[in-house]
Amino acid sequence: MSKAATTEPSKFRQTLEDANLQLAVYTATGRLMEKRREAVAADVLPEYQELRTQAHEIKKHTLDNLDYYLELFEEHVTAHGGKVVYCKDGSEVADFVLRLAKERGARLIVKSKSMTTEEIDLNERLAHHQLESVETDLGEYILQLAHQRPYHIVAPALHLTRYDVANIFTEKLGVENETVIEKQTMIARGVLRQKFLQADIGISGANFLVADSGAVVIVENEGNARLTTSAPRIHIAVAGMEKMIARAQDLPVFLKLLGRSATGQPLTVYTSFLSGPRREGEVDGPEEFYVVLLDNGRTRLLADREKRQSLYCIRCGACLNHCPVYRKVGGHNYPWVYSGPIGAVITPQYMGVGKDPWLPFASSLCGACYEVCPVKINIPKLLLDLRSEVTKFKAKERGGWAERMVFRLWAWVMRHPRIYEMMGSMAAAFFPEGEKPGWLRSVPSFMNIGPLKGWLSQRDLPRPASKSFRQHWRSRRKGGR
Amino acid sequence: MPREKILHKVRTALGRSSGQPPAAPPPVRLRIPDVPLDARIESFICALNKLNGKTCVAHSPQEVLDYAAQLCEGKRVVASNSPVLRECGIVELPNVRSNYTDADKLREACAAADIGITSADYALGDTGSLVIIASPREARLISLLPPVHLAIVPRSRILTGLDELFTLLPNPAEQTSSMVLITGPSRTADIEQILVRGVHGPREIHVVVL
Ligand code: SF4
Repeated sequence: MSKAATTEPSKFRQTLEDANLQLAVYTATGRLMEKRREAVAADVLPEYQELRTQAHEIKKHTLDNLDYYLELFEEHVTAHGGKVVYCKDGSEVADFVLRLAKERGARLIVKSKSMTTEEIDLNERLAHHQLESVETDLGEYILQLAHQRPYHIVAPALHLTRYDVANIFTEKLGVENETVIEKQTMIARGVLRQKFLQADIGISGANFLVADSGAVVIVENEGNARLTTSAPRIHIAVAGMEKMIARAQDLPVFLKLLGRSATGQPLTVYTSFLSGPRREGEVDGPEEFYVVLLDNGRTRLLADREKRQSLYCIRCGACLNHCPVYRKVGGHNYPWVYSGPIGAVITPQYMGVGKDPWLPFASSLCGACYEVCPVKINIPKLLLDLRSEVTKFKAKERGGWAERMVFRLWAWVMRHPRIYEMMGSMAAAFFPEGEKPGWLRSVPSFMNIGPLKGWLSQRDLPRPASKSFRQHWRSRRKGGR
Repeated sequence: MPREKILHKVRTALGRSSGQPPAAPPPVRLRIPDVPLDARIESFICALNKLNGKTCVAHSPQEVLDYAAQLCEGKRVVASNSPVLRECGIVELPNVRSNYTDADKLREACAAADIGITSADYALGDTGSLVIIASPREARLISLLPPVHLAIVPRSRILTGLDELFTLLPNPAEQTSSMVLITGPSRTADIEQILVRGVHGPREIHVVVL
C-alpha cells in the first residue's frame, strides 16, 4: 500500500466536505493554539521573545559552520564508543540498517517517532527485506497499522477518532471492539511492551544533535523513545544533519521553547540526553550506538543563504496549528510527509519547485506561522521567494507569455495616470451593484474567462467607487477646501 | 566514501574550506535566579503536583522508609543501587530486590515489578523534573518499566531550573552515556487529545524530598 499523497482537487473537496474531520482538526489545532498561548504568555515566560532570538542565532551559527560541527560531533561520538554513519539518502540508510541487522542476527526493530525516517520511508524499505520494524509512539503505531502517514508532525493521528481506532485495532489486532480511549491505550501498551522486550535494535530520531558532547537529545511524553533507546542491545539514531546545535549549554533555550510551542508543556515528560553506548560500570543501556546523519537534499538547502533558515525548524508544529490553510485542508493534502507552512516551504526545495508548483501559493501570507515560530523562520518571506522561483520556472517551461503580457500592460497603465483614470471610470460604469450593497457578485460575462473566472468564482469584489480619489481631489481643490 | 562526499558538499554549500575554524558562536546565556531552598522545594512540589505527581517532604530517613514501606506493601519492587536508598533502609524492606549489576537480570526484574525505586541526581524547581544520570548507582529501566516510580531526592539537590543544571553540568556526556529529565508520569494524548497516563512508562510517580 502506498503512503504517497495525491493532490487532486477531489481530495481537497472531500476534506472540506467532511464535517467530522473539519471539526476534529479545527478543535485539536485550536486547543494546541490555546495551550501554547498560555505557556508563552508574558507573565509565565517573560523572556520568550529573547529566547526565540537566541534560538535563531544558535541555529544560524551552527548551520553556517555545519561542516565544523559535524566533525566535532563525530569526534565526540567516536570518543564515547559510538559510531557516526553518513548517508546520502533513504536507500543508504536502509542498506546500513539491513547490513547491521544481518551481521548481528537481529529480527525485530522497535522504532520511536521520527519525521526523518518517515521522510525516507524507512519502515517500508525494511519490510521489503522481511525486517519487521514496529512504531511505538501510540499515534504512529495506529497509523502504521492503518497504513497511513502522519497527519501532523507532533500529533500524528490527530484526524482519527476513537471509533476509527477501534476499527483499526479490531481489524489488525483481532481484539474486541473497544472504544474507550484509556483501554485502547492499554491494549497498545500490552502489545508494544512485548516488542520492546524482544527487540534487538531500537531506532530513534533526534530532536537535537549536540556537537560539543556527541549527544543525541530526544524529547517525548510517552516513554517509548526511552524504551527504544534503553531496552534493545543496539541503538540507532537517524537524524537529518540540520538537527545540530553547537553546545550542550545551548539546550535550555531550545528545551524551553519546544515543549511550550508544541503542546504548551514547559518541558515534555522525558528529555533524554544520550551520548554513546553503555559505559563501564553502568548497569543497562545499549551496547552499540550509531548515529546516522542523513543528507537527502539538505546540502542543497544549505547552499541557498536565504532559504537556509528553513533548516532551523525544530518541528514543534506550531505553524501548522496556527495556519488557516492547514486547519482547513488538513495534513494529508500536502504532497509530502511535511505538511503545513513549513511543509510548503521545504517540500519544493527538496522535490524541486516544478513538482508541485501550487504549493507555495497555498497560503494567505497572513504571517501567523512566522509570529509563532520558536526559531523565527520567516516563512511568509520564503513562500514569496518560492513563488517567484515557481513563476520563473514556469516561464522557462512553457513561455508564460500571456501572463507576462498582462503584467506588462498593467505596468504600462500604472505609469499613465490619465489612462488609469479612464479605465477606472469605465470600470465603475461596467459593474452594476450586486445583491450585497457595495459588492459585486458577478462581472460582465466577457471578463468571466480564464484565470479571472477561477479567481472570481471564490471571491466578491468591492464595487468600484463612482468617483475616483483623483476626481474627489480635483473637485475639493476647486471648492477651495 | 559518503562521509567525505557529504562533508565536501556541506563545505561547498557554505563556502567553507576543510579545517576552517568556525566564526565566534553567540554567547551562552544561562541565568540562575536567586531562589532560596525552601522556595525551590515548594515550587518543585507544586509543579509536580500539577502534573499529577505525588510528593512528600520527609524530615528523616525513617520518614522516607515509612513512605516507601507503605507504598511497597505486598508489591514486587526493584530498587537502584543508590547509597541514599541504602541509608534509608529501603533495600532491606522484605519485598525489595536490589543490587543488580547484570543488564539482562535487571531488565527481567523490572519488567515483572510493580514499583521501581531510584534516587535523583538533581531536581528542577520550576518544572518539577527529576534528573537521573546513568551510573553504577542508577540504571535506566528502573524508572521506566514498572508502572509506579518512587524517587528519593535529597533537598540540597533541588535546583532552580534548566539553566542551573547546565551550568553545573556544562557537558553531561563527560560523565554518563545517559541523562534523563523526567517531568511527571508518562502520558499520551494521541487519541482525540484525551490525556491518558502510563502509556509506556510509569503511570504514577512519587517523589520524597529528604
Ligand atoms: S517552522 Fe517553526 S513553527 Fe513550524 S514546526 Fe518548524 S519550528 Fe515549529
